[in-house]
Amino acid sequence: MRFEGSENYVATRDLTLAVNAAVTLQRPLLIKGEPGTGKTMLAEEVAGALGLPLFQWHIKSTTKAQQGLYEYDAVSRLRDSQLGEAKVADIANYIVKGVLWEAFNCETPSVVLIDEIDKADIEFPNDLLRELDRMEFYVYETRELVRARHRPLLFITSNNEKELPDAFLRRCFFHYIKFPDKETMVKIVDVHFPGLKKNLLREALEVFFELREIPGLKKKPSTSELLDWLKLLLAEDIPPEALRSQDQKITVPPLHGALLKNEQDVHLFERLIFMARQNR
Amino acid sequence: MLIDFFLHLKASKLPVSTKEFLVLLEALQQHVVEHSLDDFYVLSRATLIKDETQFDKFDRAFGEYFKGVEALPGMDVLIPEDWLRDAMKKHLTDVERAKLEKYGWDKLMETLKERLAEQTERHAGGNKWIGTGGTSPFGHGGTHPEGIRFGGESEHRSAVKVWAKREFRNLDDNVELGTRNIKIALRRLRHFARQGAAEELDLDGTIAGTARNAGWLDLRMRPERHNAVKVLLFLDVGGSMDDHIRVCEELFSACRSEFKHLEYYYFHNFVYEWAWQDNTRRHTERILMLDLLHKYGNDYKLILVGDATMSPYEIAQPGGSIEYNNREAGAVWLRRLTESWPHAIWLNPEPEHFWQYRQSISMVHELMGGRMFPLTLDGLERGMRLLSK
Repeated sequence: MRFEGSENYVATRDLTLAVNAAVTLQRPLLIKGEPGTGKTMLAEEVAGALGLPLFQWHIKSTTKAQQGLYEYDAVSRLRDSQLGEAKVADIANYIVKGVLWEAFNCETPSVVLIDEIDKADIEFPNDLLRELDRMEFYVYETRELVRARHRPLLFITSNNEKELPDAFLRRCFFHYIKFPDKETMVKIVDVHFPGLKKNLLREALEVFFELREIPGLKKKPSTSELLDWLKLLLAEDIPPEALRSQDQKITVPPLHGALLKNEQDVHLFERLIFMARQNR
Repeated sequence: MLIDFFLHLKASKLPVSTKEFLVLLEALQQHVVEHSLDDFYVLSRATLIKDETQFDKFDRAFGEYFKGVEALPGMDVLIPEDWLRDAMKKHLTDVERAKLEKYGWDKLMETLKERLAEQTERHAGGNKWIGTGGTSPFGHGGTHPEGIRFGGESEHRSAVKVWAKREFRNLDDNVELGTRNIKIALRRLRHFARQGAAEELDLDGTIAGTARNAGWLDLRMRPERHNAVKVLLFLDVGGSMDDHIRVCEELFSACRSEFKHLEYYYFHNFVYEWAWQDNTRRHTERILMLDLLHKYGNDYKLILVGDATMSPYEIAQPGGSIEYNNREAGAVWLRRLTESWPHAIWLNPEPEHFWQYRQSISMVHELMGGRMFPLTLDGLERGMRLLSK
């Protein structure tokens, strides 16, 4: 099994290498990077390209490690007992399987995505150490051992809000998706808008990268914002000349709301343009 | 096999472990990469380094080990940015370019070492010194066919190796706080302010809910109360500190909602009997430090921000203040502050390696019991970790 990028996902060489290392050695791959660089997409695309089922586990601040394995729904059992239902006698009726259990049970090898692991409590990764290492866990309520039939391929994304514990990091491969350069960006756009006019793309990319260069932006526009913006440009049928007029006069790019999503950023940008015009 | 490489990384103070090294060897054994140094670079980085702030250090260590880049003198010291700023650019024709002498690698390094030793000021446009534009092989924005690039954008694409580009330099958490990394700093602060989000049984809610349910049990949960932190911030204003103070204020006020209380006070150079809250009216609306000492309980965490660079008299002598005649020495006041708020740190925007050469900084460092941290991501994190203990 080797991953070489896919039809709608452009993977750089170092990214495919990291993915393949994780696939070959069956170890988790931890992905970090700026928002909007396709961290979550990666797991979906790898699953698609290798033809494996994908199990997703999105983490919130209240998520517990146990919820990924299974949950014992004590509250409904208590209610049922008060109502005198028959199924109350069997505790197995109240064990709710989590994402990892489903993946462990899967007939074929599978891909598991643990999305935004840094959102959870600081102890969360530590609580999963043994489970991810051995790919097995013990259900205390029913006294059974759940073991993975095939070691699932594990992708973990993080936005760097919390440090992850060293013991956890030692078990993973790590890749930092850096912001794509112009060439890669052209490929990415090509994948999403195959028919895009060459000169529109060139002008748009220039505006985009210039925008990213502006110092002091609160939120630099990312790949996903560029794609949204291009979609709008296409929908409105804006000609490439509108992005930059011939005499190099600086203008506010049309529909810039898709790129700058922060009031202060828009202000800053408009002020810069105003100053640039005055200097002429 | 590769043990020297591993030990070299260890010696470069990278946090690599034996387990990760074994994984790397396993990956090599299973032919994850073919025989290419570039691929090996990516693989070893993915296996051994788990933190992008360490990438730059790794790039340097990797380069040193694999001889492509010899340990450059002055690479640690960093060449001042403004030497390299794109001040001017010469556009050469192809013929002119071809005429440029092509140095060999060794000669390039030799010359660079010499230049680094000789050069002391900014230079642009010539053909010998390190700078911008021009046709010297050192610096950036230039057009020497085999140049070494220091920072800046690659324009003519004759750069050296990937790891030599040091793309991850501004992810290094030892650089000063700027707009780029302020976001991460915020997260570190937030981390400090909040602890967990566990759930607990809401007993009152459960009783009320059960009663309303005519006796059927109705369990209610509620999020555990956040461990909200109270912060008292003292900022040094005036002169060279103003820029840093602005960054600091933005930083703390941006995560204001995370703190239970956040109070600002300003001082000039050092803490004495007065402080003030409004900079424009600092001479009319001063507040007695003693009042502050009584007003805020010892559960407040004290954070002082200042460069602590001044004449030693301002700390040690009564009457040493440059603003007015203070009856008690600054040191007495600082001791009083740290006694009444034992959780205290001092953040210093001056680079850490200068501290030992400035007498006043070492004095403050000692007065704070060593709890002084540089105003960088790394320093902020160390400081917050200490405060949250």
